[in-house]
Amino acid sequence: MVEPKVTVELAAAHGLNAEEWARLCTILGRVPTYPELGIFSVMWSEHCSYKSSRIHLKKFPTSGPLVLQGPGENAGVVDIGDGWAVCFKMESHNHPSYIEPYQGAATGVGGILRDVFTMGARPIANLNALAFGQPSHPKTPHLIKGVVAGIGDYGNCIGVPTVGGQVFFHPCYDGNILVNAFTLGLLRADKIFRGYASGAGNPVFYVGSKTGRDGIHGATMASAEFSDQTEQKRPTVQVGDPFTEKLLLEACLELMEQDAIVGIQDMGAAGLTSSSFEMAGRAGSGIRMELDKVPMRETGMTPYEILLSESQERMLIVAKKGSEEKVKKVFSKWGLDAVSIGEVTETGRAEIFWHGEKVVDMPVAPVSDQAPMYDRPRKQPSGYEEQRRLDLSALPDFRDPEDALMRMMGCPNLSSRRWVYTQYDQSVRTNTVFGPGSDAALVRIKGTKKAVAMSLDVNPRYCHLDPYEGSRLAVAEAARNIACTGAKPLAITDCLNFGNPERDHVMWEFAASVEGLSSACRELETPVVSGNVSFYNETNGEGIFPTPAVGMVGLLDDVDMRVPSSFQELGDVVILLGRTRGHLGGSEYLSLIHNIEKGTPPPLDGAKEKTLIELLQLLAKERLAHSMHDCSEGGLMVAVAECCFRPRGDDLGASISLQARGKRLDGLLFGEDATRVVASCSPESAQRIFDLARERGVEATPIGTVIPEKLALLIDGQPMATVSISELRARWEAGFPSLVSRL
Amino acid sequence: MKARVHVFLKEGVLDPQGKAVANALKTLGFEEILSVRQGKFFDIETSLLPKEGSEERLREYCKKLLANPVIENFKVEVVEP
Amino acid sequence: MKTAVIEFPGSNCDHDAYEWPLRLFGKPPERIWYTSRDLKKADLVIIPGGFSYGDYLRCGAMAARSPVMEEVKAHAERGGYVLGICNGFQILCESGFLPGALLKNRTLSFLCREVVLRCETADSPFTGALQKGSLMRVPIAHGDGNYYCDEKTLRRLLGEERVAFRYVSPEGRVCDEWNFNGSMDAIAGILSENRRVLGMMPHPERASEALLGSSDGAAVLRSAAKAIDEKNGAAKNG
Repeated sequence: MVEPKVTVELAAAHGLNAEEWARLCTILGRVPTYPELGIFSVMWSEHCSYKSSRIHLKKFPTSGPLVLQGPGENAGVVDIGDGWAVCFKMESHNHPSYIEPYQGAATGVGGILRDVFTMGARPIANLNALAFGQPSHPKTPHLIKGVVAGIGDYGNCIGVPTVGGQVFFHPCYDGNILVNAFTLGLLRADKIFRGYASGAGNPVFYVGSKTGRDGIHGATMASAEFSDQTEQKRPTVQVGDPFTEKLLLEACLELMEQDAIVGIQDMGAAGLTSSSFEMAGRAGSGIRMELDKVPMRETGMTPYEILLSESQERMLIVAKKGSEEKVKKVFSKWGLDAVSIGEVTETGRAEIFWHGEKVVDMPVAPVSDQAPMYDRPRKQPSGYEEQRRLDLSALPDFRDPEDALMRMMGCPNLSSRRWVYTQYDQSVRTNTVFGPGSDAALVRIKGTKKAVAMSLDVNPRYCHLDPYEGSRLAVAEAARNIACTGAKPLAITDCLNFGNPERDHVMWEFAASVEGLSSACRELETPVVSGNVSFYNETNGEGIFPTPAVGMVGLLDDVDMRVPSSFQELGDVVILLGRTRGHLGGSEYLSLIHNIEKGTPPPLDGAKEKTLIELLQLLAKERLAHSMHDCSEGGLMVAVAECCFRPRGDDLGASISLQARGKRLDGLLFGEDATRVVASCSPESAQRIFDLARERGVEATPIGTVIPEKLALLIDGQPMATVSISELRARWEAGFPSLVSRL
Repeated sequence: MKARVHVFLKEGVLDPQGKAVANALKTLGFEEILSVRQGKFFDIETSLLPKEGSEERLREYCKKLLANPVIENFKVEVVEP
Repeated sequence: MKTAVIEFPGSNCDHDAYEWPLRLFGKPPERIWYTSRDLKKADLVIIPGGFSYGDYLRCGAMAARSPVMEEVKAHAERGGYVLGICNGFQILCESGFLPGALLKNRTLSFLCREVVLRCETADSPFTGALQKGSLMRVPIAHGDGNYYCDEKTLRRLLGEERVAFRYVSPEGRVCDEWNFNGSMDAIAGILSENRRVLGMMPHPERASEALLGSSDGAAVLRSAAKAIDEKNGAAKNG
């Protein structure tokens, strides 16, 4: 076995700068061995160490009365009462998905599922937030098809329903798509498993698939920019095996029923290295491992390769001494490897052997939690103030909104996502009350009256125009979506997708976004319990819009109080909750119809948002509302049209009457003022809703009636437009398939 | 002995994957394409010696598991003694 | 009625199949691991959906050849009742219990959505509580549900009224638009010669509660329970 000589140049090729090289030599008191250099390079990569982001992430509110586990573990855990808890996290798999969309997306789902079941939770719901480049880009259809099939095949095979998500299109993602996967699992509140390697003498078990050369340096790849040469990196993409993961899931959950596990962690990014160092690091202990005992799929693998392999569907378990046979028995039932490869020590060092020879001997703590931390320079992007100036005086208002509405409903960002979600199993496990297409997904908890609501949200255009306000709006929209089902927002996970942090304007955007998320989470009392940062989403120097995807989880105490998002009864009163000012800055309307992406995003009043969210929960509890639907991208007219579409196609219509009072019509119909909801109720309940809203200072306006077949619009009492719902639906349904039908 | 087993759809059984591949090839400018049928093959290493009856043994693999006789045919070949 | 649910590595609707009789009748079924040879004297054996063996090789191919299936075969030959749902239907075809095969959907993609089924015969233990021609809303969730058999087999299935369900429009018509996976003759489920084995691609166990959107699927299990209890009662009294 010939290993390269370790030098500062080799370290640089591993992504470590001169300062970091000096630091690691000081820690060791010598030049590292080749495997040790590999360990440092992945553990101190941006992906594993969060070295550019940690200083900012500290600002997040992470605690609350219901938080059982905040950030720092494999996933966050929140108490939902009656002895139950939910465990959830969202993670990015952007770079691998761009290189190989099917496998990249599939292994993204596999990874997040493992993060959740390693905590002792059975995964019960998947969601995903995707962003693609412009539909006309030659790669876009191929990327969409691959990503959707990859997500579907993995989740479908393992038997976890995919119940919601979002898809956003923008040219800024032409060279860097986003694939953010979210999983939520259910567990007993007093049976949380953590990644702790404690208790000297306890055996360390390697379980799951065998190790191959796949994905070596995946973590460092996720920490570097793309160039046109990236295509050559194809071999580092891992291949997913959902069947093995299903067996691993069942085996782990079965073993967790027995009293055998001290700590457990997924071998995700940076594989065996990160799992062993992080587990020992958390427990403040040491670890000794014999790499030649690791089950291998290929011949001739070196210690370096074994340590850095990102082969999928593997876990590291620290078992209680004496329970070795229990571990082996369970895994053998499921046909999986379970091999004791070492033990926990009290030396505080990682000592790793290869056929008796010590190839790694380094202190754990400096590697796992004393990684470099940078406060990188931040500077407002040039042209920032300019892009926020929006002068509408030169822009003609329309007199005929029909054409605009038709185009809006069929456009890439607003059209029906049915083409996507019919490829996902939405109903396995028989818990899905509201699936894709609803404001938030709603999944019931068997054996209780409870249901958990989930929503993923971010408007990247808002975040581009104002990362602080855009991030606040993402939290607010997610919470509003949760509350539209009647549920109470509890906590969030996030996936922070940004460009190269070494560029000062990207770091400025990142810091502002974290501030924004923090402030909104404080105002809405929804702490951040887990999350992930994905930097270096750049190709040839072109970065993406700041895209902090928010995954909110809420609780509905009684599933019988649920409120759907579409209209239910002819003759119902349509009510708009919240105030319409006609804000057009950053709107889909301006972008689509006028090709303008300027202005500021709609302002958010956190206190008003909180009041509205509480009112929505009350309307659900008192069973006053027949439907509630968030009014956001596309504005009021798009929201009303969406309310007309019912899941089975037995659509309804609406007659809507608005007062323009001299304001611009486009702003009135398609403006995206925040903190608004379109609700419907029986004529008898309307007054009660107005009273409850008034008591709380929420503006509530009757804007129309539910009618059959048509969407009719009156402005200041004058008929303005009448659109057939079936035509509108046809346009809405055709939008997405037409994007992907091109080869 | 090393063997290769080919499994392919019977004539007359619709092959939507093959059809999609044919269309894709045509879209890429290969207008000469008339049809594509997609199949699969298995490379199998065995401890069998290539003698009378070993091919019959391979056919057994197909009948028992590798092929579905309702829709698929198969072909066995010894690649390396 | 005593029920058993078979579990293969990769089955993922086994929980749903397990909870089905539990929810409807309060009776938990037996869970039978695929290596077992003991069906625990069950009257009805349910082969659940999922991805047994990851759907590798062909859907249901490897599960069809596992030890427990020999027992299921013996059970069926004794006149026992068997219901295969989704992957369970694929396994029944692969084991030769039912004729034909399930090919890739004509969309070439996995399809999960609610479909409308028309009951094509009330003369079976699984459809006895239904009217011929009645409609049910039940979800499908599969990548390979495109039913295929040769002409001769099809004529025989039709002649013996062994098509249990067809995919139809909400108005109850057979039409291409509502036959999403492209099944031959819009076939969604078929019966064995003795009518005691039913294989179907749609998931009745996912449509047995109004909370989840439809409770139409409950009729399949209720029918089976009635038929089996009557048979057992007759045996006792006879």
